[in-house]
Amino acid sequence: MPSKFLDEARDPLIIAEGWMKDGKDVAIATVVETWGSAPRPVGSHLVIDAEGTFHGSVSGGCVEGAVISEALEVIGSGQAKMLEFGVADETAWQVGLSCGGRIRVYVERLG
Amino acid sequence: MDPFALKTLNAERRARRAAILVTDIGDGRDRVVKEGDVVAGDLGEAISRAFRTGLSGTAEAEGRQFFLNVHLPQPRLVVVGAVHISQALAPMARIAGFPLQIIDPRTAFASDERFPDVELRAEWPEDVLTHCPLDRYAALAAVTHDPKIDDFALKAALDADCFYVGALGSRKTHAKRVERLLSMGATAAQIERINAPIGLDIGAANPAEIAVAVLAQVIAAFRSRGLGAKTTSEAA
Repeated sequence: MPSKFLDEARDPLIIAEGWMKDGKDVAIATVVETWGSAPRPVGSHLVIDAEGTFHGSVSGGCVEGAVISEALEVIGSGQAKMLEFGVADETAWQVGLSCGGRIRVYVERLG
Repeated sequence: MDPFALKTLNAERRARRAAILVTDIGDGRDRVVKEGDVVAGDLGEAISRAFRTGLSGTAEAEGRQFFLNVHLPQPRLVVVGAVHISQALAPMARIAGFPLQIIDPRTAFASDERFPDVELRAEWPEDVLTHCPLDRYAALAAVTHDPKIDDFALKAALDADCFYVGALGSRKTHAKRVERLLSMGATAAQIERINAPIGLDIGAANPAEIAVAVLAQVIAAFRSRGLGAKTTSEAA
């Protein structure tokens, strides 16, 4: 029964559960740490299926592209990854947070 | 993430119950801890703190690094009485982040003109609370002064273990209310949980100031959950 307390159509974890029931491969990305100004709080989720369909966010759109491509790898390998984004490590990543903050994102496969 | 953990977590969230997904960042193993579950040691302490503050974050325990993702139901405020205090409380509650529902069967009070942009129910609390029950993440403030309207809601709030229960009225009014609630089957421990006279004692002198006092008391109650203050489970 749908809950009246959750916005089920937009809730990333509810969507991930639905994908799982449909037999899809799913990765879940979670903001686990932030420093400075970060657009999304710790605990925020981005969920991704094997086709690259995604819901939710881990930033204001700055790093989602990179997280999604990493997520596709994680779905393939089953190996969880810790990603770090920020202005401080431009060499490691092509993308950064324009707001000047830094975030750590944990990407794992569901199941 | 373990599919079973995801299902369990979503079931708790759908039911408006607090839960934390605890992930060992080292090996990726995770599990759902429900509020009230006993977890020992440093991790247990971090979990209790996370339930209280609602803040997700990393925690070191037993030489391992964990991520605690806290899922608390959004606390909401139910006010019985579409009175002057409630008119001041409505915008304040919105700013503080508490979804607000106002219940008052008196249609002269509960009018959209007096309460624009508020979830207003011009019905008896008995009817509203049956369809939209109170829970531990609801705060109830009864401010009509009218036992016919307030009493049922107060008893329902105590039975649902709302994190906050407040009732407007002098000490004398409250003494009579206590007798009525006892005769309705409330226990002495439950009665202890009622904040009456309502609101923090800031010397509030008008409806808007009383609204500030009530909202501050609601926030204080929410942030001190589980600290041994006024909770039925511990008092019983």
